Amino acid sequence: MEKLNPQARRDRYGSKINRTHSPSLAGGLPWASVMVASLVQILPLAAAVPVMPPLGFIVLLCWRLVRPGLLPVWAGFPLGLFDDLLSGQPFGSAILLWSLALLVIEVIEVRLPWREFLLDWLLAAAILAVYLMAAALVSGGRMTAPLLLALLPQLLLSVLVYPIIARMVAWLDRLRLMRFRTVD
Amino acid sequence: MAPPEKRRSSTSRRAQYGRFTGYVLAIAGVLIGLLLLAVSLQRPDSFAGLRGLARDSVAPAAAPTTLARTQSQGVLATIAGYWRAGSQNAQLREEMELARIRLREAEALKQENARLKALLDLDQGEGAPVAITHFIGSTASSARRFGYIGAGARDGVNPGMPVRSPRGVVGRVVETGATSSRVLLLSDSQSLVPVRLARRDVAAFAEGRGDGLIRIRLINLGINPLRKGDLFVTSGTGGYFRPGMAVAIVTRITGDGALARMVSDPAATDYVAVLPLWQPETIRAAATPIEQPVGE
Repeated sequence: MEKLNPQARRDRYGSKINRTHSPSLAGGLPWASVMVASLVQILPLAAAVPVMPPLGFIVLLCWRLVRPGLLPVWAGFPLGLFDDLLSGQPFGSAILLWSLALLVIEVIEVRLPWREFLLDWLLAAAILAVYLMAAALVSGGRMTAPLLLALLPQLLLSVLVYPIIARMVAWLDRLRLMRFRTVD
Repeated sequence: MAPPEKRRSSTSRRAQYGRFTGYVLAIAGVLIGLLLLAVSLQRPDSFAGLRGLARDSVAPAAAPTTLARTQSQGVLATIAGYWRAGSQNAQLREEMELARIRLREAEALKQENARLKALLDLDQGEGAPVAITHFIGSTASSARRFGYIGAGARDGVNPGMPVRSPRGVVGRVVETGATSSRVLLLSDSQSLVPVRLARRDVAAFAEGRGDGLIRIRLINLGINPLRKGDLFVTSGTGGYFRPGMAVAIVTRITGDGALARMVSDPAATDYVAVLPLWQPETIRAAATPIEQPVGE
């Protein structure tokens, strides 16, 4: 068989002989990747203006839009709680906004079950715009015109970074189902 | 990709209940979030302990990036420097001469100051820093401007203490963990520092705008005495900051004051010193309700 077709006993997730998916990786990778993205936003930067896109939220959006049905509707609560610990926003803002975002996507999915990438991107851009405004509103600071203007570069960056992260999430989704575990 | 499951999840009761529970949990999450948010907006320090714990565990990983951040700023500045080397050289030489003269004058003033203070028996001491530590980073995506430093309650840092870099004021500690603390940066929209013009006695407030600039609001409105390039230093009013630390440089004049840039940009800051409160008694007195006597 191997002489005729070397790929016969393999698929895109690796050899099918004596190998199987690892359940912890398959189930845990989406959660872990969102948490790592939340961590990234506090590590390397110190800036006078908020420029960094809210990476944790974007990765969550990508998992939800690129690969529906993997993260449950209530995923916004635990993941938002973790993000709140690190983001410097008042505690509870990410829990509230992330949960709301997931519910909103759920409602939109009823109307538009089949979406192409451009529509996903548009949807993500709209959600990000509302999210950044809402996050600034509940941040406890005074809302001034310059502060709102300062949000624009951040929004632009967030919208532009979405396709890149969507590709990364698609790659992580393939990694998630790699057959790492050996079966005896 | 289309959603893998159908809306009505088969006739299996178990699957139907699973879906239903998911929605209930999600809505519960929204409500809990709303509640927590209300609590933390009312009392911002309610979750300080939890956040401190999370920050303490992340801080060691963040420390090495401090160096990379400040050095990458240095590289850009170096390249930019080549373009204007010649004209800058002449200009710097001239400034240097002037600065030497000013330095001598300042020394004389310092001596005079010391003599006058001794005369008045007034010792307000510089106050040795409580801790010298890394400036780890700042909130990068939130609209609030908080910084993180690598010293906490274990090093004797308390909320309220001023934080400065070699260049000038960075901000004030708002929350302490065991080995790290959160600093309210000057550019945050809740930050308000009493300042005065370095070259004259003009009192003002330096107020963060949230977009990296600082608004200077003069206390006495009238003819605006500010000029572009004016330096503002802390005035010592309020008792938190020792007077004379550099805060901001005016970049644009407005009707009631000016817009200014921070002297100590957080992105270019690597090491900071946490200073003790300048006049703890004044702060305690200000925090005591007027009906009560200021006791121990």
